[in-house]
Amino acid sequence: MVNISKSFNNVEANKNITFCVNYGEIYALLGENGAGKSTLVNILSGVYRPDSGEIYVHGEKKRFGDPRDSINSGIGMIYQHFKLIENMTATENIILGQKLGHIINKKKLRKTIIDISEKYGFKVDPDKYIFDMSVGEKQNVEILKVLYRSADILILDEPTAVLTPQETEKLFKILLKMKEQGCAVILITHKLQEVMDISDRITILRNGEVVDTVQTSETNQKDLTAMMIGKSIDLSIERHPILEKEVILEIKNLCLVDRDGVKRLDNISFQVRSGEIFGIAGIAGSGQKELCESIQGLERRKKGQILFKGEDIARLTTREIFERGLRISFIPEDRLGMGLVPTMDIVDNVIMKDYYLQKGIFLDRQPARIRSEYIVKILNILTPGINYPVNRLSGGNIQKVLLGRELDSNPDFLITAYPTRGLDIGSSRRIYNELNRQKMKGIGILYVGEDLNVLLNLCDRIMVLSQGKVMGIVDASRMTNEKLGFMMLGGKE
Amino acid sequence: MTMLRMASRTDCSDKEAAIIRISAILLAFLFAAFFIALLGHNPLSVYSSMIEGAFGTVYRIKETIIKAIPLIITSLGISLAFKLKFWNIGAEGQIMMGAIGATFCALTLKDVPPYILLPLMGAGSIICGGIWGAIPAFFRAKFKTNETIFTLMMNYISLKFLTYLQYGPWKDPEALGFPKIQGFAQNAILPTLFGIHIGWIISLILIVIMYSFINHTKIGYEINVVGESENTARYAGINVKAIIIYTIFLSGGLCGLAGMIEVSGVDKTLSVEITHGVGYTAIITSWLSSLRAPVIAIVCILFAALVQSGTFIQMAFQIPQSAAQILQGMILFFVLGSEFFIRYKLSYIRKKKVEEL
Repeated sequence: MVNISKSFNNVEANKNITFCVNYGEIYALLGENGAGKSTLVNILSGVYRPDSGEIYVHGEKKRFGDPRDSINSGIGMIYQHFKLIENMTATENIILGQKLGHIINKKKLRKTIIDISEKYGFKVDPDKYIFDMSVGEKQNVEILKVLYRSADILILDEPTAVLTPQETEKLFKILLKMKEQGCAVILITHKLQEVMDISDRITILRNGEVVDTVQTSETNQKDLTAMMIGKSIDLSIERHPILEKEVILEIKNLCLVDRDGVKRLDNISFQVRSGEIFGIAGIAGSGQKELCESIQGLERRKKGQILFKGEDIARLTTREIFERGLRISFIPEDRLGMGLVPTMDIVDNVIMKDYYLQKGIFLDRQPARIRSEYIVKILNILTPGINYPVNRLSGGNIQKVLLGRELDSNPDFLITAYPTRGLDIGSSRRIYNELNRQKMKGIGILYVGEDLNVLLNLCDRIMVLSQGKVMGIVDASRMTNEKLGFMMLGGKE
Repeated sequence: MTMLRMASRTDCSDKEAAIIRISAILLAFLFAAFFIALLGHNPLSVYSSMIEGAFGTVYRIKETIIKAIPLIITSLGISLAFKLKFWNIGAEGQIMMGAIGATFCALTLKDVPPYILLPLMGAGSIICGGIWGAIPAFFRAKFKTNETIFTLMMNYISLKFLTYLQYGPWKDPEALGFPKIQGFAQNAILPTLFGIHIGWIISLILIVIMYSFINHTKIGYEINVVGESENTARYAGINVKAIIIYTIFLSGGLCGLAGMIEVSGVDKTLSVEITHGVGYTAIITSWLSSLRAPVIAIVCILFAALVQSGTFIQMAFQIPQSAAQILQGMILFFVLGSEFFIRYKLSYIRKKKVEEL
């Protein structure tokens, strides 16, 4: 790939990216969330077209109009979220979309698939249905699918994110086999350990640009982190001292195993004081969402203790917590999908949390109207009126409606997940100021963030999560970007 | 070369949506006109005599309203389920079960005065229809089963059950072996007001109740939240599973009540033809009225008029009644098709631009 650039609405996702991959090597693309990895991969697999730049495969210049062109040049893409049809067998999924003529020679097909499996050391039963398979097996089918299409350049997007350690090990064995057979493997990841273990060369991306390309044997995890994260920036967000010292929330040995048997939270313990902004840092999917939903009472599968003002709320539902007078406000990551009802107006969204406390069967919207007017005024929400559906507001204003509702209930504790995601600098700053104001009122705040600079500037302490485990709880004022990033990627303090 | 570009839209206002739907109906009439012309009749005179057939005389107006009553009540029930995005196709079966419940009361309590028996029949029909709806709702809430298939299959079960009753235990011994259920005694028949059984008053009351239930009660609000976004409902602490089961019980209960009104007010007995397909037609009417109670009344009367006038043009023009059914089919086809234009925006783009993209 030479000088690839791509922008979306004036945001440059990729700036003059150049790299080359040789056959018979495992090559890693390393970068934070939003570094431009996905865009790059989508260009390679023909989903996006680059604004400028050229792609060469086998020394031949290629133009990928759509994914088919990319597949025909021998590029095989294995997505993080599998693209398999659940109620078909492995074989059926593998030949899906292939032009094989009308008659399918099942015997021959089976043999071909088993041959490929043996060549690379898979263990896949071609007649097994996808819904009967474990995550690792599904991934194997995905890989087989692209190999069957005679791909010799494989791109794997975060392949280990969903795997258990044992499955990861198996996958790596397969990848090494492929390398031996002369395939080029491109690994996209942010897990440093894996990159160090398996790759031959690494290209580091940051903010859509190539920082450097290095030989794995000549680098170490610390250097890689520094390149991924970049220098600390002072955002000059005020950080007020903590006024009260009383512990409002204490979590003891919180564990959570999800439906698929994957450990999402692994023995998490921490304390948050009132008047403190407690940051949670971590790569996306490290357990932040599960942690927030556990505290708020949505997640029911958890084990362990959640002490709120000394009371164990781990077994209570959202409403039971609320009825005990324990006010926890939660601003979820997915605003329109979870925090708000998109097609309803501001009033109906504002009334959502406490309408059921009204007496009788009828719903009185008058108090909510007054509150809506108040929220619109005080947070300066741009809307034609309080009876305007929230999904027609801009992103920043939607977030303000949610924030306004949650703060208006006079919470003792506030959980915010990525509250400034997608907002411009001005709106973000207003939200930081609002959080600080709440902090001064003595509210405990759990702030899940992704921008390390914001975390370092806004929070008092930061807990780093990696794959559901606590990597450390640190004092934000004595922390640097590099160290934080290192911990996020799985390095111990 | 130009290409069509399809983009989803969220900005379609209610007014625009109404305009799109009404033009779809007009288009359906236009296409049906071609069809009528093909049969060798003047579409305009057919259409005008259809209006006459439905509303021309007092008797015809009465007939239209009688046909509209079960349609309105069933549509109210279905729209409640649809609010939850629970695709209840089982109104047909729920009507039958309701009718069976009401008939059971009527046949067993022959000596009870009407002011006690009729409410009992109503309650029986609501409970039977409601349970018939709550069964698939329970499985949907607990095990995420597909409610469309489930409710549809429940229709066949209830139809077979009703057939069994008619040919077996409830067969009238005095009917000389003819498989029919005994006609209702006077105490089990709905009284009339202005020449129409009081089902019309019940429907009017139900429309008002439904309107305020959806818009002004706490449960109505919860139904709206769950229907729009289950995740948000969970987040707000709403018991989503309970809401699904309760609401579908109500939905089925209303359909059941429609069954009671039919047996008690119109047929004065129970038979396998009790529903007249109302359970399916009501799916169309509640969708056409965008699930709004007051609109349901209007749409259902118009639909009943269509059915009523279908019978009329059959006699007047020797056109088969299926011509009117074709018109119904066209309306449904066009309106469902028009949903596409409510959800998506189409625009032309030039080939050159396509390249740039």
